[in-house]
Amino acid sequence: MAGLEDLYREIILDHYRTPRNRGELEAPAVSAEGHNPLCGDEIRIFIDVKDGLVSDVRFNGSGCSISQSSASMMTTAVKGKPVDQVRAIVKRFKQMMTIDEDENSAIDESINLGDLEALQGVVKFPVRIKCATLGWNTLLDALVESDK
Amino acid sequence: MTFDVATIRKDFPVLHRLVNDKPLVYLDSANTSQKPQVVIDALSHFMETGYAPINRSAYQLAAEATDAFEATRSALATFINAPKANEVVFTKNATEALNLVIMSWGRANLSAGDAVLLTHMEHHANIVPWHMLVAERGIQLRWVPLTSDGQLDLTNLDGLLKDVKAFSFTSMSNVLGTINPVQHLCAAAHKVGAIAIVDACQSVPHQPTDVQAWDADFAVFSSHKMCGPSGVGVLEAMPPFLGGGNMIADVRLDGFTTAEVPAKFEAGTPAIAEVVALGSAVKYLKDLGMNNVRQHEIELSTYVLNTLNARFGNDITIHGPTNPELRGATFSFAFRGIHPHDLSQVLDQTNVCVRAGHHCAKPLMKILGANATVRASFYLYNTTQEADALADALDSASDIF
Repeated sequence: MAGLEDLYREIILDHYRTPRNRGELEAPAVSAEGHNPLCGDEIRIFIDVKDGLVSDVRFNGSGCSISQSSASMMTTAVKGKPVDQVRAIVKRFKQMMTIDEDENSAIDESINLGDLEALQGVVKFPVRIKCATLGWNTLLDALVESDK
Repeated sequence: MTFDVATIRKDFPVLHRLVNDKPLVYLDSANTSQKPQVVIDALSHFMETGYAPINRSAYQLAAEATDAFEATRSALATFINAPKANEVVFTKNATEALNLVIMSWGRANLSAGDAVLLTHMEHHANIVPWHMLVAERGIQLRWVPLTSDGQLDLTNLDGLLKDVKAFSFTSMSNVLGTINPVQHLCAAAHKVGAIAIVDACQSVPHQPTDVQAWDADFAVFSSHKMCGPSGVGVLEAMPPFLGGGNMIADVRLDGFTTAEVPAKFEAGTPAIAEVVALGSAVKYLKDLGMNNVRQHEIELSTYVLNTLNARFGNDITIHGPTNPELRGATFSFAFRGIHPHDLSQVLDQTNVCVRAGHHCAKPLMKILGANATVRASFYLYNTTQEADALADALDSASDIF
């Protein structure tokens, strides 16, 4: 059986206790809201897209250590990056979480997930994959909003 | 017979399963209950020796199956003291039963501006279908609020009931454990000419039920929470909900007429073997004695409340009434600021099975000021040692966060 140390890695607990980029952004930034209907977790992702760059990103809401730390780590991973690259990071992360819709797509080895690799242990706890990916799916919704 | 929990536990095979070499501590019976061997045997025995369609075919095997199915209806009617067996209707689950009542009775009797009274402690199954009728018919919903210790605040009940057509409420909160004064609430509804609909899912498995003493117009509950596989009870006359086989008297090219109750509300092939096995669950509970079950759970509740409060003091907030006489053994709580999902994950390390989440009662969660809680719910097979195991597991959670 997978031990709790696989799930609650120190970097994850650090982002949970001290979330990065927590808060809101004013218009013209856009936002999207995500829910995990199983556990009641809620998250809102704000992004400011300028000249094809995700120039700023914030999140707020409430949830478990996995959903909150994953969202916090996500904001540090995508902030300041071109939209195309952000989408590629999201895809790479979802591949790691085993929930990429296109199962046959090649893994882009050029993308280094860095600290996000710590979330790999979540895969051993299938029920928690939805927690880890809540912020990421909501980010995709926010990107759709910004295209409007 | 005396109520000996050690003996009772022997009847439930899954409770003896070791997970990762450690015993299971199953504290999620408000969600769904475990099954005694007699129910498991009844299910497989019927599948092996008696399975056949009911109410359709004329050969002996089918007639026996129909008799076995109908025997459960009669046993259930006695169990809840329904006036007649044909007032018991089997549905897929209690959610479908509530939808059946709300949609069939509601569509036949409610129009724009009519008021329906609910409470702040309802399950989504007693909220969402009403919201659907709000959209469809323009009815209005009112809500009985709660007191600070999680009981219904009935100080303005008469005002809330003014011109109300239906009062639909739970007999026991699936989150707070609060036991509501069903008889009093039904009488208050009838006084203003409203019907009373009782969501009895959480109380029927845990204490004696007398729907005639309640004087409820409709009562719904689920087999799977009372040691049985599936099925539900519903009462009274109204238009059918699902159309199809078994529910008709006649079908022509230009229309149909319905069968009598209960067939009128039992369209299609039901969960035949599961209903038959439910009969064994009813007998099992009857033999234990529902007063004994209730007494056991009052003792457990007392122990759980004392233990958790003594060990954790202000670090734990247990929602709902503090008096074990006013509540069932279902405990939702907040613990040391640890998110419920994380807490249940840690408890799972020692096989303590609890539910973390909103328990299908999001409006109540908002009132409690939480998105989620951890819920430990005890049943007739749970012990004080398992309450201690819960407390020990909680202690270990603090080390991580």
